[in-house]
Amino acid sequence: MKKELNLTVNGQPYELYIKPKTLLVEVLRDHLGLTGTKRGCNSSSCGACTVILNGMSVKSCSILALQADSAEVLTLEGLANGAELHPLQKAFLDHGAFQCGFCTSGMLMSAKTLLDENPKPTAEQIKEGIDGNICRCTGYNSIIRAITDVVKGEYKEEK
Amino acid sequence: MIRDFEYLAPKTLEEALTLLSKYGEECKIIAGGQSLLVLMRQGLVAPKYLISIKGVSELNYINYDAKKGLRIGALTPHRAIENSPVIQNGFTALAEMERRLASIQTRNWGTIGGNLCHADPAGDPAPVLVVLKATLKMQSLDGERTMASEDFSLDYFETALGPGELLTEIQVPVVSPHTGTAYTKFNVIESDLATVGVAVSIILSSSNSACQDVRIALGASAPTPMRAKQAEEVLRGKKITDALLTEAGQIASTEADPISDIYASEEYRRELVKVLVKRVGKEALARAKQA
Repeated sequence: MKKELNLTVNGQPYELYIKPKTLLVEVLRDHLGLTGTKRGCNSSSCGACTVILNGMSVKSCSILALQADSAEVLTLEGLANGAELHPLQKAFLDHGAFQCGFCTSGMLMSAKTLLDENPKPTAEQIKEGIDGNICRCTGYNSIIRAITDVVKGEYKEEK
Repeated sequence: MIRDFEYLAPKTLEEALTLLSKYGEECKIIAGGQSLLVLMRQGLVAPKYLISIKGVSELNYINYDAKKGLRIGALTPHRAIENSPVIQNGFTALAEMERRLASIQTRNWGTIGGNLCHADPAGDPAPVLVVLKATLKMQSLDGERTMASEDFSLDYFETALGPGELLTEIQVPVVSPHTGTAYTKFNVIESDLATVGVAVSIILSSSNSACQDVRIALGASAPTPMRAKQAEEVLRGKKITDALLTEAGQIASTEADPISDIYASEEYRRELVKVLVKRVGKEALARAKQA
């Protein structure tokens, strides 16, 4: 039997009727068409599906959507401010912090929660902040450099 | 592929216990589901009713009392334990263990009670709770009971919870003076489960004296988290030296009963127990001397 799910995603409220077994990643991608969130390992290992749920980074492949009822979700699509990219996105572009790009949206969401919780992380804390996200191209150095530059204040959010 | 189920989301402990009692064997409790959903996806667990207790906020708390000690609600997320100043200052090994448990994302949603009830012998919290002499509180519609945390796991993925019972609280007694506790695990990828995990707690009678009491607990070394009691005997009552810690490690590695799997052979796990008991024992001793 389908159940009602109320969810606010990137500021937009949604009312959906879903099977209880539906995972958060499935709601985002398959029901709402927000395919910025990637489905990788589907077993909570890779972090490609990371989204921000009520301010916390979580793996959307490992959460029943109904458990997120009434929550606020931020996905990659909600990171930019209109046409203005988020400082992390700008830094990732400048540093070429992608190879295949599959891990990127998860990396950005983890990096965002890291900086929200601790705007001045140390080099070690930056590494810890993304250790739940695997880049199978092993492009970690450019990702860490991009986050480091945002921490240094080289990418200011435009007013 | 996850099989279909009926979803129930009680808001209070009372409601949760009522549903648990009503549906019995046909239901499964889900807290954060960070382990359970993996099993459901593999088809290993396929309940008819899934009772989500994630919204039972009365079981999400960390309280400390100088007499009673620490009380952690079963639905407290790992991340809250990791970041709790009370735990960081007074129960350092618990906070350190949490920091290495899975990934930040998993710790944000997963709960300590869920981890314990999943009863994976490679789980990180159990060995630390065992050396901290933690007690677990279980409640059902008929009442409540408590049990030493070391008795909670019965076998792989099996606990002492009876029908209708829910784990509700983790109780950690006040730490005695001159106590040092430490935990570490060996794993290949940082956010993975332990290949072997070791927790040691040492109590000295004064800052530079003999070992008054000691507990050594091993994770991923047997079907359940286990105490290496013979290894503890090597240290108890003695002035602890490197040589004694080496001996304790050797004995612990013979007490362990590990399996071979894709992560490590039985032999390698025994070697890890030997090395880690000594290493963690040294750290616990250094902390006890400073405490």
